[in-house]
Amino acid sequence: MPYSKIVLTDADVQRVVDRIAHQILEKTHGAQDVVLLGIATRGVPLSRRLAERIRTFENLSLPVGTLDITLYRDDLRQKAVRAVGRTEEPAGGIDQRRVVLVDDVLFSGRTIRAALDALSDLGRPSAVQLAVLVDRGHRQLPIRADYVGKNIPTALSEQVKVRLAEIDGVDEVRLESAA
Amino acid sequence: MKIYIRDGVLVSKEDAAQTIDTEGLVALPGLVDLHTHLREPGREDAETVLTGSRAAALGGYTAVCAMANTSPVADTAGVVEQVYRLGQEAGLVDVQPIGAVTAGLRGERLAELGAMADSAARVRIFSDDGHCVYDPRLMRRALEYVKAFDGVIAQHAEEPRLTEGAQMHEGDVSQKLGLTGWPAVAEESIIARDVLLAAHVGARLHVCHVSTAGSVEIIRQAKQRGIRVTAEVTPHHLLLTHERAGSYDPVYKVNPPLRTTRDVEALREGLRDGTIDIVATDHAPHAMEDKECEWAYARPGMLGLETALSIVLDVFGEDWELIKDRMSLAPARIAGLTAGLEVGKPASFTLVDPSARWSVTPSELASLSNNTPYAGMTLPGRVVHTYLRGVPTVLDGKVQK
Amino acid sequence: MKHLLSAGDLDAPAATEILDIAAEMAAVSGREIKKLPTLRGRTVVNLFYEDSTRTRISFEAAAKRLSADVINFSAKGSSVAKGESLKDTAWTLQAMGADAVVIRHPASGAPHRLANWVAGSVLNAGDGTHEHPTQALLDAYTIRARMGRIDGLHVAIVGDVLHSRVARSNCLLLRTLGAKVTLVGPPTLVPVELGEVSYDFDEVLKDADVVMMLRVQRERMNDSYFPTEREYSRRYGLDGARLRRMPGHAIVMHPGPMNRGMEITPEVADSPRSTIVEQVTNGVSVRMACLYLLLGGKS
Repeated sequence: MPYSKIVLTDADVQRVVDRIAHQILEKTHGAQDVVLLGIATRGVPLSRRLAERIRTFENLSLPVGTLDITLYRDDLRQKAVRAVGRTEEPAGGIDQRRVVLVDDVLFSGRTIRAALDALSDLGRPSAVQLAVLVDRGHRQLPIRADYVGKNIPTALSEQVKVRLAEIDGVDEVRLESAA
Repeated sequence: MKIYIRDGVLVSKEDAAQTIDTEGLVALPGLVDLHTHLREPGREDAETVLTGSRAAALGGYTAVCAMANTSPVADTAGVVEQVYRLGQEAGLVDVQPIGAVTAGLRGERLAELGAMADSAARVRIFSDDGHCVYDPRLMRRALEYVKAFDGVIAQHAEEPRLTEGAQMHEGDVSQKLGLTGWPAVAEESIIARDVLLAAHVGARLHVCHVSTAGSVEIIRQAKQRGIRVTAEVTPHHLLLTHERAGSYDPVYKVNPPLRTTRDVEALREGLRDGTIDIVATDHAPHAMEDKECEWAYARPGMLGLETALSIVLDVFGEDWELIKDRMSLAPARIAGLTAGLEVGKPASFTLVDPSARWSVTPSELASLSNNTPYAGMTLPGRVVHTYLRGVPTVLDGKVQK
Repeated sequence: MKHLLSAGDLDAPAATEILDIAAEMAAVSGREIKKLPTLRGRTVVNLFYEDSTRTRISFEAAAKRLSADVINFSAKGSSVAKGESLKDTAWTLQAMGADAVVIRHPASGAPHRLANWVAGSVLNAGDGTHEHPTQALLDAYTIRARMGRIDGLHVAIVGDVLHSRVARSNCLLLRTLGAKVTLVGPPTLVPVELGEVSYDFDEVLKDADVVMMLRVQRERMNDSYFPTEREYSRRYGLDGARLRRMPGHAIVMHPGPMNRGMEITPEVADSPRSTIVEQVTNGVSVRMACLYLLLGGKS
């Protein structure tokens, strides 16, 4: 039987983002040297939301950038050629800054591996951290997140579908059986 | 219908030594090709007199006129006699050599036309085909000179200064493909000049491979004025157009080039109304390396003998009177050969299954070369049997030698 | 995209995607580390049958920035000079494991032929008087970068259109992207079959947004395409006086190499309205985008 259940509602997503924003402030002692780098596609609106929350909480404006990791993927040859998204460095660059990578789902870790490679070509941050909305497990690389919105145990065959208002018109996270 | 033969000649029923039942087949007098490149001597890797003769017999031909641009050039009695003898040895079709107009096809001075005419090959058609006899004075002299033995000059009409580096028909397609154009006017201007020269000296002119609507019009007017001009069109110019070059596959490279739909229509009309007298194949075999290359470096030319009848059937339908005249009687008349199904004529004929359809596979053709532009096409009409003076050269679609 | 043989193979979305990716590649070229790991392990062969150092270097830089292995196969001094056929060369490249072949060849259509004989991708880097699609793409990129758009612009292509692969590719691509293209030059060098034509440069330049000058080879004079260099320059050369009669926002392009003093004066070539240097820079980004689209996925 195919199924599709909501694991985070729109209100849940709001709360989770609030919490991650607080955690970033707490763990980085006020986020003075932090820049947020959203990984395309859904990491980008998430990073903007985090920046917006931090501005609300602390009246602090963090530089935000976007990172498209397509050109750094290790599985390019397994699929038809992929579209390349935009990479925009945050104002002031990333050198000597604490970079918080932001993505929607942490799964095998390969996207983050590619993002770290891309990051090292962009510059030399003082530290790199990772914030994700959902960690669904099944890591294939030694990578962990510093900030996790929600841990969702999954089977490998299942899919985690994140939808965000900026792109999809609605905030929710679903767990679905294999298509 | 039945065909009666005795001693290689068509006879009446009472005199028959051999009777052939043509039930279900169409009997045509043996086809005559006025324009064949057999490549021997010189390029035996592309075609030989024997392999070309096989292709001809399979195509329903009983006589082919072998063009002079061999290596050495057929510009002496010795070379034309060699080709003639090779044809006799092959024994599948009558190979009638064409002599070069100018020594070495160089367009500088006349070849020994009289010696070729007097040779065992009894040459009557002279042509520098592949090259135009471009010098107007030399062309005039050639036209005049061959009157002595009722010869005819078969002109490759191409103004060379207008076709330097030319690769295909000059038009929208050549511009798009960036290939140097071969303008229609380069053919038409030579034909216009030559019909006037022929009129001036009262000689016969034959125009090879007419390819443009303008040429048809010039020839039509010349004939109306009583000028003794005959003309041929190739099967490929009756069917294919310059858009084929779009693939850059040199199998479609030919000289003169494939032209426009308008030209094709004018050529068809010209053949129907008799402005163009005959279909001639311009069978031009080329070795693999001369076609499997860049378009500009490829040699021009296409195979034609084995597909000509089917292409004409495809274009004109079963107009057997037209086919009989344009592919046998008229070319024989121009070449000074004999053709016909009347009693007393040599028993050279071909029997065609009009309902059969066949698919062209280059490697299955008898020619040594594979450069047919019709590969993969399904064509109507199949030559079942061909006889040369009472002897079968093709039986049930199989060549006998 | 399996091959890039003609600018006509690209529809507007495909061409726009190349330009968009090229913009990302341009960002990489502006960084300290001008390298991406994208095509690691892929082999790109530059097969050049004509001397064209600038185009070859541009493709080489593009392939290397994407981490591909690059083999330069120059026809001069190689087996090709000894008469090896294109088909045999193709088999050699195949045996070497070429994933893409970038070919520059004096015969129109040679890349189309090559595409029949190799398993990998073929990228046309200029074939005879036919096409030069990456030049058109870099020109389109340059126009978009300077003018903000291509759609609705009026582009004049001036000079020896008849023998120009740059003109053919630009005609196709710029029209696909919505520009109005007028071909300008003497009637002997401007085929009407390629689209809108004018023989009056002064009339056209008044409302041109982009004036693209083509190289005119002096040898054409000997073939009677025009009487003298001086007459050509006077009628179809771009000098300061003509530049000043162009609209204030209009730009001047040239694919290079220039004949200074023939089709373009030094004053114009070096003016801020000339994009000639940017065109070279953008060439690398556009070629990176093309190589990515040819080789960046499952083959």
